[in-house]
Amino acid sequence: MNAPGSARFCLRLLRRQLVLAARRPIEIGNPLLFFAMVVALFPLGLGPAPDKLAGFAPGILWIIALLSNLLTSDGVFRSDFDDGGLEQLLLAPQPLYLSVLAYIGAHWLITGVLLALVSPIFALMLNLPVAAIPVLVLGLLIGTAVLSLVGGIGAALTVGLKRGGMLISLLILPFYMPVLIFGSAAVQAAVTGIPSGPYLAILAAMLCLAIALAPLAIAAGLRISVDA
Amino acid sequence: MLSGPNRDPLLTVESLSLHRGGRELFRELCLEVLPGQLLQVDGANGAGKTSLLRILAGLSRYGFEGKVHRSVPLLYLGHLPAVKALLTPRENLAWHVSGEGAYNDQQIEAALARVGLYGYEDVPSHALSAGQHRRVNLARLYLSDCPLWLLDEPFTAIDKTGVAELELLLVEHVQAGGAVMITSHQPLRVDYPVLAINLAQGLQA
Repeated sequence: MNAPGSARFCLRLLRRQLVLAARRPIEIGNPLLFFAMVVALFPLGLGPAPDKLAGFAPGILWIIALLSNLLTSDGVFRSDFDDGGLEQLLLAPQPLYLSVLAYIGAHWLITGVLLALVSPIFALMLNLPVAAIPVLVLGLLIGTAVLSLVGGIGAALTVGLKRGGMLISLLILPFYMPVLIFGSAAVQAAVTGIPSGPYLAILAAMLCLAIALAPLAIAAGLRISVDA
Repeated sequence: MLSGPNRDPLLTVESLSLHRGGRELFRELCLEVLPGQLLQVDGANGAGKTSLLRILAGLSRYGFEGKVHRSVPLLYLGHLPAVKALLTPRENLAWHVSGEGAYNDQQIEAALARVGLYGYEDVPSHALSAGQHRRVNLARLYLSDCPLWLLDEPFTAIDKTGVAELELLLVEHVQAGGAVMITSHQPLRVDYPVLAINLAQGLQA
Protein backbone atom coordinates (compact mmCIF):
# COMPACT_ATOMS: atom_id res chain seq x y z
CA MET A 1 0.00 0.00 0.00
CA ASN A 2 1.19 3.52 -0.70
CA ALA A 3 -0.86 5.01 2.11
CA PRO A 4 0.80 8.16 3.43
CA GLY A 5 2.31 8.16 6.88
CA SER A 6 0.43 9.59 9.84
CA ALA A 7 2.31 12.88 9.88
CA ARG A 8 1.82 13.49 6.18
CA PHE A 9 -1.83 12.56 6.42
CA CYS A 10 -2.24 15.00 9.32
CA LEU A 11 -0.72 17.81 7.31
CA ARG A 12 -2.95 16.90 4.41
CA LEU A 13 -6.05 17.06 6.61
CA LEU A 14 -4.90 20.33 8.17
CA ARG A 15 -4.40 21.85 4.75
CA ARG A 16 -7.76 20.56 3.56
CA GLN A 17 -9.59 22.04 6.55
CA LEU A 18 -7.83 25.38 6.20
CA VAL A 19 -8.62 25.59 2.48
CA LEU A 20 -12.25 24.70 3.21
CA ALA A 21 -12.38 27.45 5.82
CA ALA A 22 -10.69 29.97 3.55
CA ARG A 23 -13.28 29.30 0.84
CA ARG A 24 -16.02 30.26 3.28
CA PRO A 25 -14.53 33.36 4.90
CA ILE A 26 -17.83 34.26 6.55
CA GLU A 27 -17.38 31.30 8.91
CA ILE A 28 -14.00 32.67 9.97
CA GLY A 29 -15.35 36.19 10.24
CA ASN A 30 -18.44 35.36 12.29
CA PRO A 31 -16.74 34.68 15.65
CA LEU A 32 -14.56 37.75 15.24
CA LEU A 33 -17.58 39.86 14.39
CA PHE A 34 -19.37 38.47 17.43
CA PHE A 35 -16.36 39.37 19.55
CA ALA A 36 -16.26 42.90 18.16
CA MET A 37 -19.99 43.45 18.65
CA VAL A 38 -20.05 42.38 22.26
CA VAL A 39 -16.95 44.39 23.09
CA ALA A 40 -18.54 47.43 21.48
CA LEU A 41 -21.76 46.93 23.45
CA PHE A 42 -20.21 46.56 26.90
CA PRO A 43 -19.11 50.19 27.36
CA LEU A 44 -22.62 51.28 26.34
CA GLY A 45 -24.18 48.99 28.91
CA LEU A 46 -21.79 49.69 31.76
CA GLY A 47 -21.75 53.44 31.33
CA PRO A 48 -18.94 55.84 30.53
CA ALA A 49 -16.48 54.98 33.28
CA PRO A 50 -13.11 53.92 31.80
CA ASP A 51 -11.75 52.79 35.18
CA LYS A 52 -14.67 50.50 35.85
CA LEU A 53 -14.41 49.13 32.34
CA ALA A 54 -10.71 48.34 32.78
CA GLY A 55 -11.53 46.36 35.91
CA PHE A 56 -14.08 44.22 34.08
CA ALA A 57 -12.02 43.89 30.89
CA PRO A 58 -10.16 40.62 31.64
CA GLY A 59 -13.38 38.82 32.51
CA ILE A 60 -15.31 40.29 29.61
CA LEU A 61 -12.66 39.40 27.04
CA TRP A 62 -12.36 35.82 28.26
CA ILE A 63 -16.10 35.25 28.45
CA ILE A 64 -16.55 36.45 24.88
CA ALA A 65 -13.66 34.29 23.69
CA LEU A 66 -15.28 31.31 25.36
CA LEU A 67 -18.70 32.00 23.88
CA SER A 68 -17.40 32.56 20.37
CA ASN A 69 -15.52 29.27 20.64
CA LEU A 70 -18.71 27.58 21.80
CA LEU A 71 -20.54 28.98 18.77
CA THR A 72 -18.11 27.48 16.30
CA SER A 73 -17.16 24.17 17.90
CA ASP A 74 -20.50 22.65 16.85
CA GLY A 75 -19.44 22.67 13.21
CA VAL A 76 -16.01 21.00 13.41
CA PHE A 77 -17.21 17.61 12.18
CA ARG A 78 -20.71 18.56 10.96
CA SER A 79 -20.11 18.91 7.23
CA ASP A 80 -17.95 15.79 7.08
CA PHE A 81 -20.67 13.86 8.86
CA ASP A 82 -23.31 15.14 6.45
CA ASP A 83 -21.44 14.24 3.26
CA GLY A 84 -20.08 10.89 4.36
CA GLY A 85 -16.47 12.04 4.75
CA LEU A 86 -16.45 11.08 8.41
CA GLU A 87 -17.11 7.43 7.57
CA GLN A 88 -14.09 7.49 5.30
CA LEU A 89 -11.97 9.14 7.96
CA LEU A 90 -12.85 6.40 10.44
CA LEU A 91 -11.83 3.77 7.89
CA ALA A 92 -8.50 5.43 7.17
CA PRO A 93 -5.47 3.29 8.03
CA GLN A 94 -3.84 6.16 9.91
CA PRO A 95 -4.53 6.51 13.65
CA LEU A 96 -7.70 8.47 14.31
CA TYR A 97 -6.05 10.13 17.31
CA LEU A 98 -3.77 12.16 15.05
CA SER A 99 -6.40 12.83 12.38
CA VAL A 100 -8.66 14.25 15.06
CA LEU A 101 -5.81 16.44 16.31
CA ALA A 102 -5.44 17.80 12.78
CA TYR A 103 -9.13 18.71 12.66
CA ILE A 104 -8.97 20.40 16.05
CA GLY A 105 -5.71 22.11 15.12
CA ALA A 106 -7.35 23.60 12.04
CA HIS A 107 -10.30 24.75 14.14
CA TRP A 108 -7.95 26.36 16.64
CA LEU A 109 -6.00 28.16 13.92
CA ILE A 110 -9.10 29.71 12.37
CA THR A 111 -10.82 30.63 15.65
CA GLY A 112 -8.53 30.78 18.67
CA VAL A 113 -5.36 32.04 17.04
CA LEU A 114 -7.14 34.70 15.02
CA LEU A 115 -9.04 35.80 18.10
CA ALA A 116 -5.84 36.00 20.14
CA LEU A 117 -4.17 38.02 17.41
CA VAL A 118 -6.93 40.62 17.19
CA SER A 119 -7.60 40.70 20.93
CA PRO A 120 -5.17 43.62 21.60
CA ILE A 121 -7.52 45.89 19.64
CA PHE A 122 -10.47 44.81 21.72
CA ALA A 123 -8.41 45.09 24.89
CA LEU A 124 -7.68 48.73 24.06
CA MET A 125 -11.39 49.33 23.38
CA LEU A 126 -12.06 48.14 26.93
CA ASN A 127 -9.26 50.25 28.36
CA LEU A 128 -7.18 47.30 29.52
CA PRO A 129 -3.70 48.45 30.63
CA VAL A 130 -1.20 47.94 27.83
CA ALA A 131 1.11 45.99 30.14
CA ALA A 132 -1.49 43.23 30.46
CA ILE A 133 -1.95 42.74 26.72
CA PRO A 134 0.92 40.25 26.13
CA VAL A 135 -0.43 38.08 28.92
CA LEU A 136 -3.91 38.30 27.42
CA VAL A 137 -2.67 37.21 23.99
CA LEU A 138 -0.56 34.37 25.35
CA GLY A 139 -3.33 33.22 27.67
CA LEU A 140 -5.85 33.27 24.80
CA LEU A 141 -3.50 31.29 22.56
CA ILE A 142 -3.14 28.52 25.14
CA GLY A 143 -6.67 28.73 26.49
CA THR A 144 -8.49 28.64 23.16
CA ALA A 145 -6.53 25.50 22.22
CA VAL A 146 -7.95 23.83 25.34
CA LEU A 147 -11.40 25.14 24.46
CA SER A 148 -11.15 23.76 20.91
CA LEU A 149 -10.07 20.35 22.18
CA VAL A 150 -12.81 20.16 24.80
CA GLY A 151 -15.35 21.57 22.36
CA GLY A 152 -14.35 18.84 19.92
CA ILE A 153 -15.54 16.20 22.39
CA GLY A 154 -18.97 17.80 22.49
CA ALA A 155 -18.98 18.19 18.71
CA ALA A 156 -18.07 14.53 18.19
CA LEU A 157 -20.80 13.33 20.53
CA THR A 158 -23.55 15.51 19.09
CA VAL A 159 -22.62 15.42 15.41
CA GLY A 160 -25.26 12.79 14.70
CA LEU A 161 -28.04 14.91 16.17
CA LYS A 162 -29.99 17.35 14.04
CA ARG A 163 -29.99 20.04 16.70
CA GLY A 164 -26.98 19.49 18.91
CA GLY A 165 -26.31 23.14 19.68
CA MET A 166 -27.93 23.34 23.11
CA LEU A 167 -26.76 19.91 24.17
CA ILE A 168 -23.17 20.67 23.27
CA SER A 169 -23.28 23.72 25.57
CA LEU A 170 -24.59 21.64 28.45
CA LEU A 171 -21.99 18.95 27.87
CA ILE A 172 -18.87 21.02 27.62
CA LEU A 173 -19.54 24.28 29.44
CA PRO A 174 -18.50 22.78 32.81
CA PHE A 175 -15.15 21.84 31.29
CA TYR A 176 -14.71 25.38 29.98
CA MET A 177 -14.91 26.83 33.48
CA PRO A 178 -11.32 26.14 34.66
CA VAL A 179 -9.98 27.72 31.48
CA LEU A 180 -12.11 30.81 32.05
CA ILE A 181 -11.07 31.08 35.70
CA PHE A 182 -7.34 30.76 35.16
CA GLY A 183 -7.33 32.69 31.89
CA SER A 184 -8.99 35.77 33.30
CA ALA A 185 -7.01 35.42 36.54
CA ALA A 186 -3.79 35.60 34.55
CA VAL A 187 -4.85 38.88 32.94
CA GLN A 188 -6.12 40.21 36.27
CA ALA A 189 -2.74 39.39 37.82
CA ALA A 190 -0.94 41.25 35.06
CA VAL A 191 -3.21 44.26 35.61
CA THR A 192 -2.51 44.39 39.36
CA GLY A 193 1.20 43.69 38.92
CA ILE A 194 1.32 40.18 40.41
CA PRO A 195 3.34 37.62 38.38
CA SER A 196 0.97 35.95 35.94
CA GLY A 197 3.34 33.10 35.12
CA PRO A 198 1.75 30.55 37.47
CA TYR A 199 -1.70 31.06 35.94
CA LEU A 200 -0.32 30.65 32.44
CA ALA A 201 1.54 27.55 33.59
CA ILE A 202 -1.69 26.05 34.87
CA LEU A 203 -3.36 26.86 31.53
CA ALA A 204 -0.47 25.15 29.74
CA ALA A 205 -0.82 22.12 32.02
CA MET A 206 -4.51 21.95 31.08
CA LEU A 207 -3.49 22.10 27.44
CA CYS A 208 -1.09 19.16 27.90
CA LEU A 209 -3.81 17.14 29.57
CA ALA A 210 -6.32 18.07 26.88
CA ILE A 211 -3.95 17.16 24.04
CA ALA A 212 -3.29 13.79 25.66
CA LEU A 213 -6.87 12.84 26.49
CA ALA A 214 -9.35 14.84 24.39
CA PRO A 215 -8.47 13.15 21.04
CA LEU A 216 -9.23 9.77 22.60
CA ALA A 217 -12.65 11.00 23.68
CA ILE A 218 -13.27 12.69 20.35
CA ALA A 219 -12.30 9.56 18.40
CA ALA A 220 -14.61 7.43 20.56
CA GLY A 221 -17.39 9.99 20.18
CA LEU A 222 -17.05 10.00 16.40
CA ARG A 223 -17.16 6.21 16.25
CA ILE A 224 -20.33 6.18 18.33
CA SER A 225 -21.94 8.92 16.24
CA VAL A 226 -21.18 7.17 12.95
CA ASP A 227 -22.24 3.80 14.32
CA ALA A 228 -25.64 5.03 15.51
CA MET B 1 -0.92 -4.86 -3.38
CA LEU B 2 -2.92 -7.29 -5.44
CA SER B 3 -1.60 -10.80 -5.19
CA GLY B 4 -2.19 -13.42 -7.83
CA PRO B 5 -2.00 -17.01 -6.72
CA ASN B 6 -2.65 -16.43 -3.04
CA ARG B 7 -6.02 -17.86 -2.13
CA ASP B 8 -6.24 -16.77 1.48
CA PRO B 9 -9.60 -15.18 2.21
CA LEU B 10 -9.60 -11.39 2.21
CA LEU B 11 -12.53 -11.28 4.56
CA THR B 12 -14.04 -13.92 6.79
CA VAL B 13 -17.44 -13.68 8.40
CA GLU B 14 -18.42 -16.14 11.10
CA SER B 15 -22.06 -16.65 12.12
CA LEU B 16 -23.10 -13.07 11.78
CA SER B 17 -26.57 -12.20 13.06
CA LEU B 18 -28.27 -8.85 13.11
CA HIS B 19 -31.52 -7.65 14.61
CA ARG B 20 -32.92 -4.23 13.90
CA GLY B 21 -36.14 -2.88 15.34
CA GLY B 22 -37.22 -6.27 16.64
CA ARG B 23 -36.75 -7.84 13.21
CA GLU B 24 -34.14 -10.40 12.28
CA LEU B 25 -32.31 -9.18 9.20
CA PHE B 26 -29.94 -12.11 8.85
CA ARG B 27 -28.89 -14.98 11.05
CA GLU B 28 -25.76 -17.14 11.25
CA LEU B 29 -24.35 -15.65 8.07
CA CYS B 30 -21.03 -17.30 7.21
CA LEU B 31 -18.96 -15.98 4.38
CA GLU B 32 -15.46 -16.08 2.99
CA VAL B 33 -14.46 -13.54 0.40
CA LEU B 34 -11.65 -14.95 -1.72
CA PRO B 35 -9.45 -13.17 -4.25
CA GLY B 36 -11.13 -13.12 -7.63
CA GLN B 37 -14.65 -13.16 -6.31
CA LEU B 38 -17.38 -10.81 -7.41
CA LEU B 39 -20.23 -10.89 -4.93
CA GLN B 40 -23.56 -9.18 -5.25
CA VAL B 41 -25.67 -8.68 -2.17
CA ASP B 42 -29.30 -8.86 -3.07
CA GLY B 43 -32.43 -8.19 -1.09
CA ALA B 44 -35.47 -5.98 -0.88
CA ASN B 45 -35.33 -2.47 0.56
CA GLY B 46 -34.72 -2.76 4.27
CA ALA B 47 -33.33 -6.28 3.98
CA GLY B 48 -30.09 -5.19 5.60
CA LYS B 49 -27.72 -4.79 2.66
CA THR B 50 -26.28 -1.51 3.84
CA SER B 51 -26.16 -2.72 7.43
CA LEU B 52 -24.22 -5.79 6.31
CA LEU B 53 -21.70 -3.73 4.36
CA ARG B 54 -21.21 -1.30 7.22
CA ILE B 55 -20.54 -4.20 9.57
CA LEU B 56 -18.07 -5.73 7.14
CA ALA B 57 -16.31 -2.39 6.65
CA GLY B 58 -16.01 -1.95 10.40
CA LEU B 59 -18.22 1.13 10.69
CA SER B 60 -20.82 -0.65 12.79
CA ARG B 61 -19.10 -2.22 15.73
CA TYR B 62 -21.97 -2.97 18.07
CA GLY B 63 -25.44 -4.41 17.90
CA PHE B 64 -24.61 -7.57 15.99
CA GLU B 65 -23.44 -11.05 16.88
CA GLY B 66 -20.67 -12.96 15.20
CA LYS B 67 -17.17 -12.21 14.02
CA VAL B 68 -15.73 -10.36 11.08
CA HIS B 69 -12.09 -10.82 10.25
CA ARG B 70 -10.51 -8.40 7.78
CA SER B 71 -7.09 -9.40 6.54
CA VAL B 72 -6.48 -6.73 3.89
CA PRO B 73 -7.09 -3.00 3.49
CA LEU B 74 -10.50 -2.31 2.08
CA LEU B 75 -12.21 0.47 0.24
CA TYR B 76 -15.78 1.24 1.23
CA LEU B 77 -18.06 3.45 -0.82
CA GLY B 78 -21.28 4.28 0.96
CA HIS B 79 -24.46 6.07 -0.03
CA LEU B 80 -22.90 9.45 0.64
CA PRO B 81 -20.32 10.62 -1.87
CA ALA B 82 -17.90 12.24 0.63
CA VAL B 83 -17.24 14.95 -1.93
CA LYS B 84 -16.79 18.47 -0.61
CA ALA B 85 -18.65 21.06 -2.64
CA LEU B 86 -16.08 23.74 -1.82
CA LEU B 87 -13.17 21.73 -3.18
CA THR B 88 -12.45 20.93 -6.81
CA PRO B 89 -12.56 17.27 -7.90
CA ARG B 90 -8.75 17.29 -7.99
CA GLU B 91 -8.51 18.54 -4.40
CA ASN B 92 -11.22 16.16 -3.29
CA LEU B 93 -9.15 13.23 -4.48
CA ALA B 94 -5.70 14.54 -3.54
CA TRP B 95 -6.72 15.39 0.03
CA HIS B 96 -9.19 12.61 0.53
CA VAL B 97 -9.97 11.87 4.18
CA SER B 98 -9.77 8.12 3.63
CA GLY B 99 -5.99 8.51 3.82
CA GLU B 100 -5.39 5.97 1.08
CA GLY B 101 -2.64 7.06 -1.19
CA ALA B 102 -0.58 10.04 -2.09
CA TYR B 103 -1.44 10.48 -5.74
CA ASN B 104 0.26 12.76 -8.19
CA ASP B 105 -1.53 15.05 -10.61
CA GLN B 106 -1.25 12.70 -13.57
CA GLN B 107 -2.83 9.83 -11.67
CA ILE B 108 -5.71 12.00 -10.52
CA GLU B 109 -6.25 13.47 -13.98
CA ALA B 110 -6.25 10.00 -15.51
CA ALA B 111 -8.75 8.74 -12.93
CA LEU B 112 -11.04 11.71 -13.46
CA ALA B 113 -10.81 11.23 -17.22
CA ARG B 114 -11.80 7.60 -16.76
CA VAL B 115 -15.00 8.61 -14.97
CA GLY B 116 -15.81 11.18 -17.68
CA LEU B 117 -14.79 14.28 -15.78
CA TYR B 118 -12.03 15.34 -18.14
CA GLY B 119 -11.94 19.13 -18.11
CA TYR B 120 -13.73 19.36 -14.79
CA GLU B 121 -10.63 18.78 -12.64
CA ASP B 122 -10.44 22.34 -11.34
CA VAL B 123 -14.10 23.33 -11.39
CA PRO B 124 -15.52 23.82 -7.89
CA SER B 125 -17.55 20.73 -7.06
CA HIS B 126 -20.67 22.72 -6.22
CA ALA B 127 -20.94 23.46 -9.93
CA LEU B 128 -21.21 19.73 -10.67
CA SER B 129 -24.38 17.65 -10.80
CA ALA B 130 -25.29 14.93 -8.34
CA GLY B 131 -24.21 12.26 -10.79
CA GLN B 132 -20.89 13.98 -11.32
CA HIS B 133 -20.37 14.13 -7.54
CA ARG B 134 -20.80 10.40 -7.44
CA ARG B 135 -18.37 10.06 -10.32
CA VAL B 136 -15.73 12.01 -8.40
CA ASN B 137 -16.19 9.47 -5.65
CA LEU B 138 -16.01 6.58 -8.11
CA ALA B 139 -12.71 7.93 -9.44
CA ARG B 140 -11.25 6.61 -6.18
CA LEU B 141 -11.76 3.10 -7.56
CA TYR B 142 -9.35 3.87 -10.39
CA LEU B 143 -6.74 5.11 -7.93
CA SER B 144 -7.18 2.53 -5.23
CA ASP B 145 -4.70 -0.19 -4.37
CA CYS B 146 -7.04 -1.86 -1.89
CA PRO B 147 -7.65 -5.52 -2.77
CA LEU B 148 -11.15 -5.57 -1.30
CA TRP B 149 -13.90 -3.22 -2.41
CA LEU B 150 -17.20 -2.89 -0.59
CA LEU B 151 -19.54 -0.85 -2.75
CA ASP B 152 -22.96 0.21 -1.57
CA GLU B 153 -25.23 1.02 -4.51
CA PRO B 154 -22.42 2.47 -6.65
CA PHE B 155 -24.70 2.79 -9.70
CA THR B 156 -27.04 5.34 -8.13
CA ALA B 157 -27.35 8.46 -10.31
CA ILE B 158 -24.85 7.07 -12.84
CA ASP B 159 -25.86 7.02 -16.51
CA LYS B 160 -25.92 3.86 -18.67
CA THR B 161 -22.46 4.18 -20.22
CA GLY B 162 -21.05 4.99 -16.77
CA VAL B 163 -22.58 1.82 -15.38
CA ALA B 164 -21.11 -0.25 -18.21
CA GLU B 165 -17.64 1.18 -17.62
CA LEU B 166 -17.95 0.57 -13.91
CA GLU B 167 -18.90 -3.05 -14.55
CA LEU B 168 -15.80 -3.47 -16.70
CA LEU B 169 -13.67 -1.97 -13.94
CA LEU B 170 -15.09 -4.38 -11.38
CA VAL B 171 -14.22 -7.34 -13.59
CA GLU B 172 -10.70 -6.00 -14.17
CA HIS B 173 -10.26 -5.67 -10.43
CA VAL B 174 -11.35 -9.20 -9.58
CA GLN B 175 -9.33 -10.64 -12.47
CA ALA B 176 -6.25 -8.94 -11.02
CA GLY B 177 -6.79 -10.85 -7.79
CA GLY B 178 -8.98 -8.44 -5.90
CA ALA B 179 -12.50 -9.00 -4.68
CA VAL B 180 -15.63 -6.90 -4.91
CA MET B 181 -18.75 -7.01 -2.83
CA ILE B 182 -21.50 -4.87 -4.22
CA THR B 183 -25.08 -4.10 -3.34
CA SER B 184 -27.24 -3.24 -6.28
CA HIS B 185 -30.79 -3.76 -7.40
CA GLN B 186 -29.85 -4.06 -11.06
CA PRO B 187 -28.36 -7.37 -12.17
CA LEU B 188 -24.67 -6.99 -13.11
CA ARG B 189 -24.15 -7.40 -16.84
CA VAL B 190 -20.66 -8.82 -16.71
CA ASP B 191 -18.80 -11.65 -18.36
CA TYR B 192 -17.72 -13.10 -15.06
CA PRO B 193 -19.33 -15.43 -12.52
CA VAL B 194 -21.23 -13.37 -9.97
CA LEU B 195 -21.88 -14.90 -6.58
CA ALA B 196 -25.23 -13.73 -5.30
CA ILE B 197 -25.86 -13.35 -1.60
CA ASN B 198 -29.54 -13.09 -0.98
CA LEU B 199 -30.10 -11.83 2.50
CA ALA B 200 -33.44 -13.57 2.71
CA GLN B 201 -32.16 -16.94 1.42
CA GLY B 202 -28.41 -17.12 1.95
CA LEU B 203 -25.49 -17.77 -0.39
CA GLN B 204 -26.23 -18.93 -3.93
CA ALA B 205 -23.93 -19.85 -6.76
